[in-house]
Amino acid sequence: MMTSSNDELIHGDLTHDDGSAITIEHLTVVRGKRTALQDVSVRIARGTITGLLGPSGCGKSTLMRAIVGTQIVTSGVVTVLGRPAGSADLRRRVGYVTQDPTIYDDLRVIDNVRYFASLYGSDAKSADEAIATVGLTDHRTAMCGNLSGGQRTRASLACALVSNPDLLVLDEPTVGLDPVLRVDLWDQFHQLARRGTTLLVSSHVMDEADHCADLLLMREGRLLAHTTPSKLREDTGCTSLEQAFLAIIRHSTAA
Amino acid sequence: MYVTGAGVSGHHSAQHRGLNKRSRLSPQAYLATTGRILRQLAGDHRSVAMILVVPSLVIALMYFMFQNAPHRPGTPSPFNNACLIMLGVFPLIIMFLITSITMQRERVSGTLERILTTPLRRLDLLAAYGTAFSIAAAAQASLACVVAFWLLGFETAGNPLLVFAIAIINAVLGVGLGLLCSAFARTEFQAVQFMPVVIVPQLLLCGIIVPRDLLPEWLQWISNAMPASYALEALRQVGANTDLTATAARDIAIVVGFAVVALCLAAATLRRRTP
Repeated sequence: MMTSSNDELIHGDLTHDDGSAITIEHLTVVRGKRTALQDVSVRIARGTITGLLGPSGCGKSTLMRAIVGTQIVTSGVVTVLGRPAGSADLRRRVGYVTQDPTIYDDLRVIDNVRYFASLYGSDAKSADEAIATVGLTDHRTAMCGNLSGGQRTRASLACALVSNPDLLVLDEPTVGLDPVLRVDLWDQFHQLARRGTTLLVSSHVMDEADHCADLLLMREGRLLAHTTPSKLREDTGCTSLEQAFLAIIRHSTAA
Repeated sequence: MYVTGAGVSGHHSAQHRGLNKRSRLSPQAYLATTGRILRQLAGDHRSVAMILVVPSLVIALMYFMFQNAPHRPGTPSPFNNACLIMLGVFPLIIMFLITSITMQRERVSGTLERILTTPLRRLDLLAAYGTAFSIAAAAQASLACVVAFWLLGFETAGNPLLVFAIAIINAVLGVGLGLLCSAFARTEFQAVQFMPVVIVPQLLLCGIIVPRDLLPEWLQWISNAMPASYALEALRQVGANTDLTATAARDIAIVVGFAVVALCLAAATLRRRTP
């Protein structure tokens, strides 16, 4: 904690608020002997939904962890909401939902969400709202360990929504959800974005890309493209985004 | 602060600033974490029953073991000695086990990393663990003391409340050591294995089995460096003397010191950033 507040003092005047939610400059992350991210630079605008797409193992989660500030980075600068990633005052403003639901299975849904509400300094009312948002009101007193996979994912999401974050980083939030629920959740994400929340959502299925205003395509630790769904179709001449992504990969490996 | 043009968003951020100021001063995160840990523990009825009842049952068992054992009149009964040791040892062992496994689980499940992305301070988290399990230890020690003092005729020269207090301090020590050891265990299985590594040598060398001044010198040195030696000495002092002796007070301070050091070392193992 001491170090992070020192960080703020040292970097506070170095970082300038350029209006983007996330600015990443030449980010390289080495995990063990593997280079998980290589020289990634990107800017993500505020109040948008950005899709982070790529095959599994391409570095999506590592990039998200670097943005949240839980990843030790080898080199490069990650600035979130005008502050260095992981700064103490960002902890209240950035919500992060990991791929595997990280909730306490031996607590009820409501206990989990209320606990995170207390950590963020939110009240019990926002806990109820977050549970309603993810559609778990009927299961609010259920033990998390007894919920289905999709329900646990949503409970985990509620624990992040409870802080009304300015930036919401979601690692594959719709995996294992039925189509109806997926549509519901995407509606929620759009509503959050309209209210000014920036969302970064990763997925390895391309059919979700059309929900996003911006797309980041990744492969093997590199950023292949920063584009939009329509531009991606235009550039590649493919109508299906799946095909378009494959075209981009072929293009990048050929180059 | 930024302005995105949307009125809602501006309000949003102002709200965050307000919250920021308030919760930095309030113990809300610490209290919520203590409550959360206790709630998890309370949900596991079988564990609660075992934490509460097992020490009392073992003490009762020892009462009957020593029932026919002869002892010289004027000296404390063998049960009295054994009971005193048990009241000190149980909180240490049980809280060490419970804490190291609970914390190991929290590390592996990813919930630790997640709560460290929230404004929760690391010392708040450790203090919450210490508080929650000390409350559990207090409940355990209360029942054990009631059974020992009232039902089984256990007596100490000093105030029974001092025995109770030392039991709680031992529990905090167990929590501190458990939190620290959980950092070195990759699995729950390994966490359990730390019991014989960390606790057993302390109990062997603390003077229960062989009086400390009869140990070879090099073992005496090791014994001197272990907190349980002081915890047991303090209990013996309380058992034998009406007033709190200087030695007992010093010993209690040393055990508290060990517990604080263990908690601080444990805090150093909590990393917000990992490779």
